[in-house]
Amino acid sequence: MKRSTFCLLILASMVSLNFAYAQTYKSESGKITFFSDAAIEDIAAENTGATSIFNADNGEIVFSVPITSFDFDKSLMKEHFNEKYMDSEKHPKSTFSGKLTGYTKEDGVHKAKATGKLLIHGVTRDVTMEGTVEFKNGKAFLASTFMVKLEDYKVKIPRLLWQNIAEEVEVKVNFEYKPYAQ
Amino acid sequence: MTKTLLTVALALLSTLAFAQEDLMKLLDEEEAKKGKTEYISSTFKGTRVILGHSTKTRKKKELEFLISHRFGRLNSGAHEFFGLDDAFIRLGLEYGVTDDLNIGLGRSSFDKTFDGFIKYKLLKQSKGARNMPVSVAGFTSLAVRSSPRQEDDPSFDFDDRLTYSYQLIIARKFNPNLSLQVAPIFVRRNRVLNRLDERGIFAIGFAGRQKLTKSLAFNVEYYYQVNAVEAVGTHNSLAIGLDIETGGHVFQLHFTNSTMTVERAFVAETFDDFFNGDIHFGFNISRTFQLGSKK
Repeated sequence: MKRSTFCLLILASMVSLNFAYAQTYKSESGKITFFSDAAIEDIAAENTGATSIFNADNGEIVFSVPITSFDFDKSLMKEHFNEKYMDSEKHPKSTFSGKLTGYTKEDGVHKAKATGKLLIHGVTRDVTMEGTVEFKNGKAFLASTFMVKLEDYKVKIPRLLWQNIAEEVEVKVNFEYKPYAQ
Repeated sequence: MTKTLLTVALALLSTLAFAQEDLMKLLDEEEAKKGKTEYISSTFKGTRVILGHSTKTRKKKELEFLISHRFGRLNSGAHEFFGLDDAFIRLGLEYGVTDDLNIGLGRSSFDKTFDGFIKYKLLKQSKGARNMPVSVAGFTSLAVRSSPRQEDDPSFDFDDRLTYSYQLIIARKFNPNLSLQVAPIFVRRNRVLNRLDERGIFAIGFAGRQKLTKSLAFNVEYYYQVNAVEAVGTHNSLAIGLDIETGGHVFQLHFTNSTMTVERAFVAETFDDFFNGDIHFGFNISRTFQLGSKK
């Protein structure tokens, strides 16, 4: 191989590596919380086991939430949540994959919109969520709050418990991203 | 030169392709690398399958109030309202010291017995990074019968009133609907029923749970006495029943030839014969309270 070719290849791979990774971010401990406001009791849960990858160049974003990692105030709630509502053994994960638009890559807080597919309880739906993206010190932060209708995802509430569970729950998503290195 | 350009173009293209590639796959790979362990929960719904313990423990700071009630024999006739006139009852409290360590207290109408127990979860069924095919719990109890009273029967020393039980409970949830359990138990009574009887009765408990709907499950439980003395006339304990779960309550309805939920009674001293129609209708009602936050 000629030296010039070799140099070009190196150059090209450096450029392309940059292109592929430099603006890709990863988060290993996203925080997902949800809140259900119902007649008899309010139910809140927190999950710090969510992971996400976000490509700031083209806005592509995915996240994955292990359902059994939701923690509740009461142990029994967790048990019911996994066994009765989410069928966690059958559907262990909830995911989102889509595109983030409406932001710039400059430092600061930007409003953004995510459109894509949200998978909960084995049901995939097209959704649009609104939130913010922040770039600061080489990190990225993402925050969004949206409503999830249980019916949309075929999450059925046993009749004996219907008073305890709201039909719609408020979900908050927070990710802190670091540059992605393989 | 064309070749070189082509190589460069290809190299660029491949990375471009990477950028467009499904990020989800990448995320999955990352997850797999981290190696998570997933624990299986709800092998059985109650801390009791029916009469005997399951591998289930109350979680930390959970307090369970358990009422175990059996009526008289179904074949006792219309005059006894098919057993409903009679009652055998145990009231119990169980508490989660930690997620794995439970302590409990109970009082049974059977020989006016007080019992205390410790149950500890040794292994938890899991898959993923840590693969464990079964859940295992160790159980030990001490029961003291307060009947007959000393003044009524002076031959009863305090020692005579004690029964010790030791049990190893091994369970596996085969799929979301089916769980099976094997639980060898040793029950040692300080005072036996008669001269022929063995002090220590070794038995093996078999149990199963089949979920019918999200809140309803079918349970079977059988305790096979390995060294029972035939002349004493005891039978193996058999129970079949339904679990109905509603939030913090579990209702268990069942038919069994044993009357009481204390080990000495159902493992070693069941005198009714299920297949002779000596069947008792009964129920367990469990209410769980969360005392304080989990954290």
